[in-house]
Amino acid sequence: MPLDHSIKSVLIIGSGPIIIGQACEFDYSGSQAARSLREEGIKVILINSNPATIMTDPIVADKVYLWPLNVESIEQILEENDIDAVLPTMGGQTALNLAKEADELGIWEKYKVRLIGVDIKAIDKAEDRELFRKWMIQLGVPVAQAMTANSQLEGKEFAQKIGLPIVIRPSFTLGGSGGGIVMKQEELEGALERGLTASPMHEVLVEKAMLGWKEFELELLRDINDNVVIICTVENLDPMGIHTGDSITVAPAMTLSDTGFQLMRNTALMMMRDLGNFAGGCNVQFALNPETEEIIAIEINPRVSRSSALASKATGYPIAKIAAKLAVGYALDELKNQITQTTSAYFEPALDYVIVKMPRWNFDKFKGADDTLGLQMKSVGEVMAIGRTFPEALQKACQSLENNATGLSDISRGKLKPEEMVDALRRPTWDRIFRIKEAMAAGVSIKTIREITQIDRWFLYQIQDIINLENEIKKYKHLEKLPDDLLAQAKQMGFSDDQLAELIKDCTADEVYEHRKKLGITRVFKMVDTCSAEFEAKTPYFYSTFEQGSYDKQTKGNLVFNESNLSKKKKIIVLGSGPNRIGQGIEFDYCCTHGLLAIKEAGYEAIMVNCNPETVSTDFDIADKLYFEPVYWEHLWEIIEHEQPEGVIVQLGGQTALKLARRLHEKGIKIIGTSFDNMDIAEDRGRFSDMLKDLGILYPNYGTAYNTDDAIEVAAQVGYPVLVRPSYVLGGQRMRIVINDEELESSVLSLLKHLPGNKILIDHFLDRCQEAEVDAICDGEDVHIMGIMEHIEPAGIHSGDSHAVLPAFNLGELEVTEMKDIAKKIALNLNIRGLINIQFAIKDGKVFVIEANPRASRTTPFIAKAYGVPYLNIATKVMLGELKLKDLKIEKKLEGYAVKEPIFSFNKFPNVNKELGPEMKSTGEAIRFIKNLRDPWFRQLYKERSMHLSK
Amino acid sequence: MSVPQLETPALLLLEDGTLLKGKSFGAKGTCGGEICFNTGMTGYQEVFTDPSYTGQVLIMNNVYIGNYGVKDGDVESDSIKIQGLICKNISQRYSRFKANDSLENYLVKNNIVAIYDVDTRALVQHIRSKGAMNCIISTEITDMEGLQAELNKVPDMSGLELSSTISTKEPYTLGNPDAFLRIAVMDYGVKINILQNLTDRGAYIKVFPAKTDLATLLEFQPHGFFISNGPGDPASMDYAVSTVKEILNTGKPFFGICLGHQLLAEANGIPTYKMHHGHRGLNHPVKNLQTGKSEITTQNHGFGVDPEAIKNSDHVEITHVNLNDGSIEGIRIKGKKAFSVQYHPEATPGPHDSRYLFDDFIKMIEEDMK
Repeated sequence: MPLDHSIKSVLIIGSGPIIIGQACEFDYSGSQAARSLREEGIKVILINSNPATIMTDPIVADKVYLWPLNVESIEQILEENDIDAVLPTMGGQTALNLAKEADELGIWEKYKVRLIGVDIKAIDKAEDRELFRKWMIQLGVPVAQAMTANSQLEGKEFAQKIGLPIVIRPSFTLGGSGGGIVMKQEELEGALERGLTASPMHEVLVEKAMLGWKEFELELLRDINDNVVIICTVENLDPMGIHTGDSITVAPAMTLSDTGFQLMRNTALMMMRDLGNFAGGCNVQFALNPETEEIIAIEINPRVSRSSALASKATGYPIAKIAAKLAVGYALDELKNQITQTTSAYFEPALDYVIVKMPRWNFDKFKGADDTLGLQMKSVGEVMAIGRTFPEALQKACQSLENNATGLSDISRGKLKPEEMVDALRRPTWDRIFRIKEAMAAGVSIKTIREITQIDRWFLYQIQDIINLENEIKKYKHLEKLPDDLLAQAKQMGFSDDQLAELIKDCTADEVYEHRKKLGITRVFKMVDTCSAEFEAKTPYFYSTFEQGSYDKQTKGNLVFNESNLSKKKKIIVLGSGPNRIGQGIEFDYCCTHGLLAIKEAGYEAIMVNCNPETVSTDFDIADKLYFEPVYWEHLWEIIEHEQPEGVIVQLGGQTALKLARRLHEKGIKIIGTSFDNMDIAEDRGRFSDMLKDLGILYPNYGTAYNTDDAIEVAAQVGYPVLVRPSYVLGGQRMRIVINDEELESSVLSLLKHLPGNKILIDHFLDRCQEAEVDAICDGEDVHIMGIMEHIEPAGIHSGDSHAVLPAFNLGELEVTEMKDIAKKIALNLNIRGLINIQFAIKDGKVFVIEANPRASRTTPFIAKAYGVPYLNIATKVMLGELKLKDLKIEKKLEGYAVKEPIFSFNKFPNVNKELGPEMKSTGEAIRFIKNLRDPWFRQLYKERSMHLSK
Repeated sequence: MSVPQLETPALLLLEDGTLLKGKSFGAKGTCGGEICFNTGMTGYQEVFTDPSYTGQVLIMNNVYIGNYGVKDGDVESDSIKIQGLICKNISQRYSRFKANDSLENYLVKNNIVAIYDVDTRALVQHIRSKGAMNCIISTEITDMEGLQAELNKVPDMSGLELSSTISTKEPYTLGNPDAFLRIAVMDYGVKINILQNLTDRGAYIKVFPAKTDLATLLEFQPHGFFISNGPGDPASMDYAVSTVKEILNTGKPFFGICLGHQLLAEANGIPTYKMHHGHRGLNHPVKNLQTGKSEITTQNHGFGVDPEAIKNSDHVEITHVNLNDGSIEGIRIKGKKAFSVQYHPEATPGPHDSRYLFDDFIKMIEEDMK
């Protein structure tokens, strides 16, 4: 059936602020869906309260409502617009729940809006644990033995019937919130309490724990003609018991036979067809008993998800884009494969590489949090790596994490005895994969590790292969003596040059690099094409690998090992920000996306490098060319050597990208925009303060120290209270405010323990001052102040965690003018070409500069949205020298004020202190527009501004 | 992968002079055949034992082979039928409780030479652009002249008749002898799961050698005829084409799969042709023109049925087409109870979307019996 022409305008509901379990992936899906519908001439109206998203940008939707996600907003939007249909499947559980609520209130019916992409009844059947179970039993699909409890008493009774271990799963919650495994009787009461409280309907499922079963996920698409295809099968390396969002996952499935796969495929098809009558995407999870090969259904999600975003990046098949087209009437066999452009969209992608997704956790931000992995998701981001061997993909994933891991290398904290290593494995933690390797290297048997972790042997064999190869390499003490074949094999197994240098010990990574280049052992780039090379693909989506044929001297003929052809156009590379984490997330995806589009507009070829599968900027049709690679020096350098770009943009990818500037500069690669030296001035506390002093700008007294004695001396000079922090960290990591020598000593000791050798910065803390920040664009001649955001909470709370108001609402005219003047002075002095963010403290009418970031900041997208100005586009063109500020007329459109509201995910960590301090803890943000300062919501907020302060 | 020193090198030479070095696994020795590739991501054991692969050296596009070992029963015939194997990675150690052995041992037992650690993706792209050609894998010959000489001995697939060499030598029966529905199966290289799909639906079947004549078939008193898949060039099988013609003349229900489909076309004056590089995998989309629905199919064929000739035919109707390249996937003979498909509805390995065709066939027989 072709496009349904009765649908002329569609409302897409976003997923709101980033929280653990519902993140940036929904911006990716929502943006793709919106663009997909607009391609069809359908008007897209979008609601989302998250200002850092691309989906809420005018480049994506026809009309954007940055409003709170509630039925009042929905009704108001329907009142103002003529909307034919609502697509609630792109905004995670938040959007589905909102659509359901609006349906119950009869809102859709009242405004004659059709619900597309899902069936309301399907939402209940999929989300309500008890309904799901009954439905499965009816369909004849096996499920784990379980009972639904609405009270402690029922819960205990059922637990007794089923027998421990059991799983508690609350109904209608997100990311497994409030769920848990109960192994021992004494844990039961607490677990039931948590589960019942977490569920909005005070309901939990008491379920038999299927410990040791393997977990698989299937991504499905279905059209109006009831055609269904499986886009991807993902295998969880971590077995049942660990939330899939916290599991290392692999595609295609590695240990699944065809019999097992077809059983899952048939069951999934049956489930989706029976779930309801709708066209769209769906995710089904199964557990498989490795001994008997029986399967049970775990859950079904009638919407796009984190997994479908990953599946899209893993296969190249744009699930959200196609799901949107199916929702407006198309059948799968009427659409083209978006990657080949010639074959059908009705097919099941074939992969000729291995994908490893690894979660990224941020437990260091949540002191006191239980870091045991379980049913409830705790990670804040993820990376995806692509390789032609499993060890390669696994090690590339490690290199992508930005955890100082050079591969599956030693990152353990102190040496444990083998029996301690075995014990440590009993509790799954974020670094388990590293600890497995460590234990195996120490001689612990695969059998023991298999018994404790329940990880499939196949994966353990692969880790053992990595260890075997390491041991072989260690035998050669000199690089020159290392056999070429062995070196080549190490590279095929994903060893970085850094890792090889660590193993050989007599050489540096650069020497390994030079040595292998001489031998011809160099990266080749392969395409992600949905069809494992069966058809020619048009989409330039690449990953790197090593292939023996490309450097073996015996090779003859015209095989093409490197598929990344070079165009004649001038190229600009944009560096992404790696995995999302607290302090660096979706905002930089927004910046990169706009940067890429601006580069294209300026006539260059835009090349993206990043490893985060949740991002819009790594979508297949945003950049001219995409390298899905770790933002890791070695990988980046080989891409640069291959592409020979005009330059590299480091300002848009947060601190991750910025910190590669030095090496780029040393290699003579042009950094587009502000020069490395000027960025270094801003980043280096000493050089920056010297500059401020020369310019006559005030800054808090400060000093640096490497040990406790120096620190105490510095503190005496600058005066208590002081702010203690390590240099070069993100989001105020481990930052503390202390008031005496004793506290200072203990916090310095703790810093040195975690970050040995790090330089410690000690600043005088301006007690009870006000904070504000300025974002600006500078072209070397003129400075444009994008906006001034004044923090509501007093100093002492990290800027990322404070509410902030645009423009300043409480500061005096004089202070605002002074901040603007200072910002201009600093920008011009640093010869900024592009973006700069400056943080200020204001005390007793005096304006102090706290720090300057010579790059896009967390607030840049917020300001762009609030004022309705395409600031990232402008800034990128300024960086490129394509645009002068004086030629522009910038018109800010904002009535009243825009308030930034931080959003926390503390409910995932019940034991964590919810106090706020200098270390950032929020995971996301929302925007709220107020007409004036008399707004009741704002007045309440202002009244309570000091309530959460930790000191 | 394990430590390189222990591994025997192997060489792969293509007809156009392309030479790649890799590592040996499976049997040591030399093998040659027509190079082709399969894009499926599961079911390697079923693929390797599929008789339609006779005479072919197979590239597996999926980067890992052997992960879950081999298991008795996950087979499509009594032995491995591919001539040789080319992969990127082989799992020497496997993981599956129900498995009986490793893939490596299985290959050794079946005397199959294989090569790994070659850039299979680059090879597939090469075949995709240059077309099917012969190749040779060797662990013993190391000089170009020697390899070339062996490669020259590999016969050309065009015009090659292979079915009679792998077909059953003696007829045999399967299923319940008391069943009221009997089907005669012509074995040109039949897959076990095709037979299974027929017996699962209550049929009593008798499988006949490739060159059985109609009179012998009729002795079984079949209610329907099934013409199997198989290797080789259908244009070289005059004996089979004439048998098919005779069967059609009986007016009994007729179902053909793959080679059986090509033979049905040939028997109705529709020529077949050698495809550029064929279809082999588990993800080929096919549209059923009769129902308007589509299905994901398992395919394995290097020859196809000429679409132009069908369009000009007044008695052959197209029932299924490939959504990727528009090639003919299914036909029906007007006025007769005869139909066939180019793909494999029994799958194994692959999706079960098309198993309804076996139901259709049984229904057709039942109606005919009324």
